[in-house]
Amino acid sequence: MNVILNGETKTIKTDSSILDLIQLMDLGDARIAVELNLEIVPRSEHAATILKTGDTLEVVHAIGGG
Amino acid sequence: MTNPGSDNTLVDKPLVIDGKTYQSRLLVGTGKYKNLDETREAIAVSGAEIVTVAVRRTNIGQNPAEPNLLDVISPDKYTILPNTAGCYTAKDAVRTCKLARELLGGHELVKLEVLGDQKTLYPDITETLIAAEELIKDGFKVMVYTTDDPIIAKRLEEMGCVAVMPLGAPIGSGLGIRNPYNIRMILENATVPILVDAGVGTASDATIAMELGCDGVLMNTAIAAAQNPVMMARAMKGAVECGRDAYLAGRMPRKLYASASSPIDGTFF
Repeated sequence: MNVILNGETKTIKTDSSILDLIQLMDLGDARIAVELNLEIVPRSEHAATILKTGDTLEVVHAIGGG
Repeated sequence: MTNPGSDNTLVDKPLVIDGKTYQSRLLVGTGKYKNLDETREAIAVSGAEIVTVAVRRTNIGQNPAEPNLLDVISPDKYTILPNTAGCYTAKDAVRTCKLARELLGGHELVKLEVLGDQKTLYPDITETLIAAEELIKDGFKVMVYTTDDPIIAKRLEEMGCVAVMPLGAPIGSGLGIRNPYNIRMILENATVPILVDAGVGTASDATIAMELGCDGVLMNTAIAAAQNPVMMARAMKGAVECGRDAYLAGRMPRKLYASASSPIDGTFF
């Protein structure tokens, strides 16, 4: 199934969780935050949150800025 | 800090933002550095305790081989101040702050900036007011970037922003404090910390901001875009301290004509 990840279409396995997706991105232990369809998903809920076709995700981190 | 000399000097109080005390009045950004080593070294030398970061998609702005910025600028050592740079609407700014809060494990201190256009990067005040209200209601502690308009600065303070940060000049311009009289008006009316954010180009600009009585200065490009950022970080640390001391010491009045420093009495010619 397809989801929109950081503005791009990504094909993932059906019934993938947010944690599965993050691990797929090699961000398993990274300091990141996830927004699913404009709502924050706390880290503690990543494993239990199952994605659906067409979900829109933003996965962000801190970078240099003023 | 101790105050040498007579008791006529103002006694300095530490900078307190949202109940937390800071020894340094210099706040620095982490953008535009050559690499993370330079970022770490410049920030260490600056003595800053509050450090701004941006929030971006994970596929942006980072060499995968490098450590994460927060591994280099550790939240255990520094107060991390996530910004809403790049946001042109209140909605995006609020989203960014919510992501930052999650990213930093519930951290509520944020730097709100909602920009008007890409050429000036001037704050969009109507959107800034909307975002500030929403964020404060949601429990955020808002340090707000704004114009040097004393009425708006007061309005933002009354809304509950924990610090108000007027620009000295456009972001990244290095033009210095273009309207010191407005900064003074903002300072006279303020009961929360007032920090000049944006516009500082070199050490004397930071000193001028502090001589006006500002509670602190926030800068990024002035250090990161210097030929030698680490040396400029040291210069800025000194500049902020010098300006603060000069403000507390109380400058002599300006006079149009001369006043001899050596005595007139006792001349033999």
